[in-house]
Amino acid sequence: MALSGENRPYLDHSMADYNFAYLDEQTKRMIRRAILKGLAIPGYQVPFASREMPMPYGWGTGGVQVTAAALTPDDTLKVIDQGADDTTNAVSIRKFFEKTAGVATTEETGQASVIQTRHRIPEEDLREDQILVYQVPIPEPLRFLEPSEVETRKMHSLEEYGLMHVKLYEDISRHGAIATAYAYPVKVEGRYVMDPSPIPKFDNPKMEMAAIQLFGAGREQRIYAVPPHTQVVSLDFDDYPFEASKADAPCDLCGAEDSYLDEVIMDDAGTRMFVCSDTDYCTGRRKAGHIGAQGTAFEEDAA
Amino acid sequence: MNSDILKGGFANVPVESAHAFRDIMNVMAKPGEIREVAGAMPPAPLSIAAGVTLLTLCDPETPVFLAECTDTKDVRDWIAFHIGAPISNKADAMFAVGTWATLAPIEEFAIGTSEYPDRSATLIVACDTLESTGAVLRGPGIKTTTHLSLPETRAFQQNAALFPLGLDFLFTAGNRIAAVPRTTKVETS
Repeated sequence: MALSGENRPYLDHSMADYNFAYLDEQTKRMIRRAILKGLAIPGYQVPFASREMPMPYGWGTGGVQVTAAALTPDDTLKVIDQGADDTTNAVSIRKFFEKTAGVATTEETGQASVIQTRHRIPEEDLREDQILVYQVPIPEPLRFLEPSEVETRKMHSLEEYGLMHVKLYEDISRHGAIATAYAYPVKVEGRYVMDPSPIPKFDNPKMEMAAIQLFGAGREQRIYAVPPHTQVVSLDFDDYPFEASKADAPCDLCGAEDSYLDEVIMDDAGTRMFVCSDTDYCTGRRKAGHIGAQGTAFEEDAA
Repeated sequence: MNSDILKGGFANVPVESAHAFRDIMNVMAKPGEIREVAGAMPPAPLSIAAGVTLLTLCDPETPVFLAECTDTKDVRDWIAFHIGAPISNKADAMFAVGTWATLAPIEEFAIGTSEYPDRSATLIVACDTLESTGAVLRGPGIKTTTHLSLPETRAFQQNAALFPLGLDFLFTAGNRIAAVPRTTKVETS
């Protein structure tokens, strides 16, 4: 189901009430300058004067501000939350931009020109003409190791990332493997260690993509970026190489073997099923006739 | 006051600056790619693309350096009326406008600090033409290699060697715009 941009009765009224895409022009210019410097210094966190948004921190205020600064009226916007188009967060942000920017929205990855995401990268490969905007809670990959901003800034400036390797080493000594499963640190273009936002490490290899990737952290007031075709390497050791892991099962709805899966508890007896986290990918496969172990043939408007 | 300088700004600021920024962002993310922008009619010698860039990115918070060739009364008045950016010296400038020859020596512009490499100048370089020929570019944003008619190569090699510090360049000719950020490795073809 694609939410059409055609039927927007509130458009005229809302465009008079809001500046295009909610933010005022001076704020957008400030954010746009930060985005350009972010693209010029891949992986470096550019400070910006984050604004109060009409939603709480943690709901994607950074991503929303970056999207607002990058959006044009011709765009088609897709918003996902953990891969799903239909969660409260995704629906709220989609409605926000329908109302304040009057842009068309979609749930189909291929149809979207701008995709705002919370904690997933779509399964479908993104194209050069697409933009992926990440919502980031804690942009500083070293923050949980070193609480002081003064210190972490110095560590980035000196390229002093030994502490991060110690953390991964301690994972191995404690668990026998690198136990970090999400927000897995990456090194961008051989220089800055970057937090890819809490995407599962399954998604890390996809970050070397054709689309522009922008990251916005509202509460922490940082913007960073990865241009297309930029080297993004997940940190690891020669004897403990990085592994993009996922649940070892196919999707129970569409049978996909290659997509990231959510584990769903079905009853009090502990029955569980695995389903694609990317709802559009799963729906697309079911429409194409793929049926998983517990799936049924796809029907339009099946609730 | 010359009433012409009151003209030439964006007619619909939110929409035109959004389109312009998308193009500027794309050329910065994909060095060497040339795009066409529209919406501004700045006084000579500023090109349409230079005017669009200033309108889109500059405001009273961004000191702008005008190189000798662009430092005319009309340009100053136009920037004062439409943008409100303070005209500054090289060292304090966040943006600079001029031809390659008049912007030199570029060593005087801010290249950022090791803790804040983003505090560096962006140079808007006026060119006669802008074509996908000449110098070979490679680096982030470029799949393999691409070409861009740069005024020279040595300065960009020296700038890239400063990474993560350094200057970022936007090249303008008429309504055409392209970019070379500090990450781009430039070689003669």
